[in-house]
Amino acid sequence: MDAPLLFQLVLNGLIVGALYGVVAMSFVLIYKASQVVNFAQGEFLLVGAWVCWWLLTAWQLPFWAGFLVTLAFMTIFGVLLQVIVLRPLIGEPVISVIMATVGLSIFFQALMKWMFGVFAQPFPPIFTADRMRVLGLEVQTVYLASLVVSALIMLGFWWFFTYSKHGLAMRATAFDQQVAQSLGVSVPRVFAMSWAISAVVSAVAGVVVGVVNGVSSALSFYGIKVFPAVILGGLDSVVGAVLGGLIVGVLENVAQYVDAEWLNWGNMYQIAPFYALILILLIKPYGLFGTRNIERV
Amino acid sequence: MAGPPILEAERVSLRFGGVRALTDVSFAVRGGEIFSIIGPNGAGKTSMVNCVSGRYRPTEGRILFDGQDVTRTGTSRRAALGIGRTFQNLALFGHMTVLDNIMVGRHHLLKSGLLRGMAYWLGGAQREELEHRREVEQIIDFLEIQHIRKATAGTLSYGLRKRVELARAIALRPKLILLDEPMAGMNLEEKEDMARFIIDLNEEWGMTVLMIEHDMGVVMDISHRIMVLDFGRRIADGTPEVVLADEHVRRAYLGEADEPVERVA
Repeated sequence: MDAPLLFQLVLNGLIVGALYGVVAMSFVLIYKASQVVNFAQGEFLLVGAWVCWWLLTAWQLPFWAGFLVTLAFMTIFGVLLQVIVLRPLIGEPVISVIMATVGLSIFFQALMKWMFGVFAQPFPPIFTADRMRVLGLEVQTVYLASLVVSALIMLGFWWFFTYSKHGLAMRATAFDQQVAQSLGVSVPRVFAMSWAISAVVSAVAGVVVGVVNGVSSALSFYGIKVFPAVILGGLDSVVGAVLGGLIVGVLENVAQYVDAEWLNWGNMYQIAPFYALILILLIKPYGLFGTRNIERV
Repeated sequence: MAGPPILEAERVSLRFGGVRALTDVSFAVRGGEIFSIIGPNGAGKTSMVNCVSGRYRPTEGRILFDGQDVTRTGTSRRAALGIGRTFQNLALFGHMTVLDNIMVGRHHLLKSGLLRGMAYWLGGAQREELEHRREVEQIIDFLEIQHIRKATAGTLSYGLRKRVELARAIALRPKLILLDEPMAGMNLEEKEDMARFIIDLNEEWGMTVLMIEHDMGVVMDISHRIMVLDFGRRIADGTPEVVLADEHVRRAYLGEADEPVERVA
């Protein structure tokens, strides 16, 4: 087998996987804080990327400004979504909440198509140098930037949950809402904050993917790819989400290579993570780092 | 000791569907006292405490804290106003360290928001953090849990976990602390330690204590005043001596019949 090619594939996998990891983390954040399985996670990427693209093209803002405005917008977007749509559903059956997020997903897909059209739009060029050589490998600058951004976000998450007041409050709320309240933590505020952070972080991932591949409704597919990642890592584990994302990223690249070389089944890139998903559910339903629910019947 | 009332319950009733958990309960806790609620199982003690902490909303009646009507105030807001509590069943954040558990109790006192937190190294937040750490260390010293401050809470022994839970509630700097069976399941030595902590908390830290406890020896020893509940109604209140002598209490709670039963030696 061609070793440099395999190395390149694994590297590509890690770069894409880091982004999956970032999206998976923001998915887990919502799940942990408010026990909502968010099927609209991919649309956070989509909305964020389109908003940023629109600011850069229609308003001709420089990238940094457009990016910051996008983040501010997504913060408000996340809070409003939680307050208007999810908060009234607190205490309703899980399936109602899931259906609401599925509805949100469809709504924002359609809204984005209506506002920005159905064709992929390229971002204005951001980096002056298209490619860089790192460790003897030819890497696209955007990929490198994406890896750096992903690492920074992960570091930020770690810092936030370990040291910040709100991170601590969120962990407390995830563990026991009643007790957290008795210690002065406002649970509604924690919920809103988790949605805001999740939306912002996903939007960053969306912008990165948009810069690489152009903005299109394909972005929301990341929300689906998150499921193999989080189920592999464990639904309620942030570390697991990152690892799951990386594994899924590498897996799809390697699967594509194996398919092209020997199997010729076609489209393994898209499908392999979901085969893995089914296998994991059969073997280790709580994932690598998930909490095992022990139920006595 | 006998300051003005810090907590007043006015004709509090609580119903769950057809079940009457509390009926027309009124009492006042004065600032600086240790006030205990006793009564048989299912008498409504924990329901009463939950009405005070904000977990339950009374169906009728009012709760006043520091002269302010808090009947409609949410739990987290009441905590910030100065009502701290521990739980009957251990409620520590099991995956977190002892220190993190206690730091959650400081939540409403930590002023640094997200942005200031990010500017951590610029000074302000750091100085604040140091102050908080100092106070947290004070609490840790007081409860004699120095040796476990970095331990994961879930791995500790039962007695220690109860102590950490108390530390977390104290970290809130409450004016009134609600203790729901602080000594349940403890051995004699642990009970004595806990009783000492509660007295010190009251005398040295100046906290008003509202406590539910089943161990009558402890309750009679350390309480200034006691209220007795039975079937959701207040049947007596007063100093330990008065309550012990009360006929209703003897009948309902201490299990004595109307006429003295002959003792079998």
